[in-house]
Amino acid sequence: MLYMLYYVKISAVISTMKIDKIKKQVEKIVARAAFELPADVSRLIKKAYSVETNKRAKQALRWILDNARIAKKENLAICQDTGLPIVFLEAGSDIRVCARDIEAVKKGIESGYAKSYLRASAVGPLKRGASFYGGAVIHLDFIPGVKGLKITILPKGFGSENKSALKMFNPTVSIEAIEDFIVDAARRAGPESCPPFIVGVGIGSTADGALLLAKKALLQDLAKPNFDGNLAAMEKRILEKINRLEIGPMGLGGKTTALAVKILKAPTHIAGLPVGVNIGCHALRRATAVIK
Amino acid sequence: MKILKVPFKNREIEGLKAGDEVLLSGVIYTARDQAHQRLVSLIQASKKLPINLAGAIIYYCGPTATPKGKVIGSCGPTTSRRMDEFVESLLRGGLAGMIGKGRRSKDVRQLIKKYRAVYFLAPAGCGALLARHVVKNELVVFGDLGPEAIYRLEVKDFPVIVGIDSAGKSVYEDL
Repeated sequence: MLYMLYYVKISAVISTMKIDKIKKQVEKIVARAAFELPADVSRLIKKAYSVETNKRAKQALRWILDNARIAKKENLAICQDTGLPIVFLEAGSDIRVCARDIEAVKKGIESGYAKSYLRASAVGPLKRGASFYGGAVIHLDFIPGVKGLKITILPKGFGSENKSALKMFNPTVSIEAIEDFIVDAARRAGPESCPPFIVGVGIGSTADGALLLAKKALLQDLAKPNFDGNLAAMEKRILEKINRLEIGPMGLGGKTTALAVKILKAPTHIAGLPVGVNIGCHALRRATAVIK
Repeated sequence: MKILKVPFKNREIEGLKAGDEVLLSGVIYTARDQAHQRLVSLIQASKKLPINLAGAIIYYCGPTATPKGKVIGSCGPTTSRRMDEFVESLLRGGLAGMIGKGRRSKDVRQLIKKYRAVYFLAPAGCGALLARHVVKNELVVFGDLGPEAIYRLEVKDFPVIVGIDSAGKSVYEDL
């Protein structure tokens, strides 16, 4: 009996420690995502800058690079739209995750946003009024083989989110028609969504599933090619088509309208073919921590 | 590169052409969705406005919180198009210019031409860079809206590009 009590106490202490750890780590990645442009995004912008010949587009890219440098140096948000916080949790086989851990993630987001002086951009959808920190959208996946709890934050600005697109195609549609739909989503996103974009695409699953895949596609390492050869070829073709639109940085023309296209796929139903598009702006911010 | 003082006093606007790079110095006011709705409600009710619109520039911006020791946080432009429906009332009230990002409706282009106003583009997604060009930041009204309140910003060499000039010509002509 005494032993049991002791065990309960110890596990309560361990669980409190884990919650503190989660909260602290989340605060850290909130700050890192807001202040530091990820290396893979930054590398592609630098590349776009070096090949650009259009004077206005080059100026816009220079502003973007200067901005990233200033943000990191001064701990200022890269963009004032510090987004609705989208959180992806990947729990491995060696860790237990419960509701209290999710609460800790939410608390870490709220305190992290406040400590880093980010913008309170969340509001009730109809009443609007005073905005607050929070409103996190949390996705949890269990991944065998992963160690610990991987937490990734994607602060998603709404200049780009507002241009999300979904189409429920017929199963017999041509690949070309799918590609045209994705290119058209980028065209409609236009200067408002802060090009050059990273275009996330989800093919298959359900309506909601395709859009979630599209968002998860934005988490992919832009330096790595798609492991699926067909999708890699499709990404390349779509990227070339989007860049022929010549919307360019800030919409002022130029060679680079999109920095990358990333596609994820999943099985779907014999009666349909959902395709979701989620646009990432040039300040595609994300940061990850792992809780062991 | 042109250098202009704001608010506008004379007809400086008419010398600006779509695509021109301009540095603005002086006073501008932030306002976005909710503040626009409130301003236009006040106009419709013939009530006094909290800001003087004559020659004024409205910046579509909701900054982050202000970090300790700084004048302002990150403060880049938001999508202008959402404010299109409010533009006419404000231009009629004397507004001279707007700063934001992205395209506007055809109606807004015609209104800009009719009222000989101007629409500027600020570097989108560059709020940290733009913060360096704000030398003073004061809350004017609608403080309950937090980042969506109206702030009076004193700016110095604030970089913008003419998006739509007073002849109604747009830098995005083909998009």
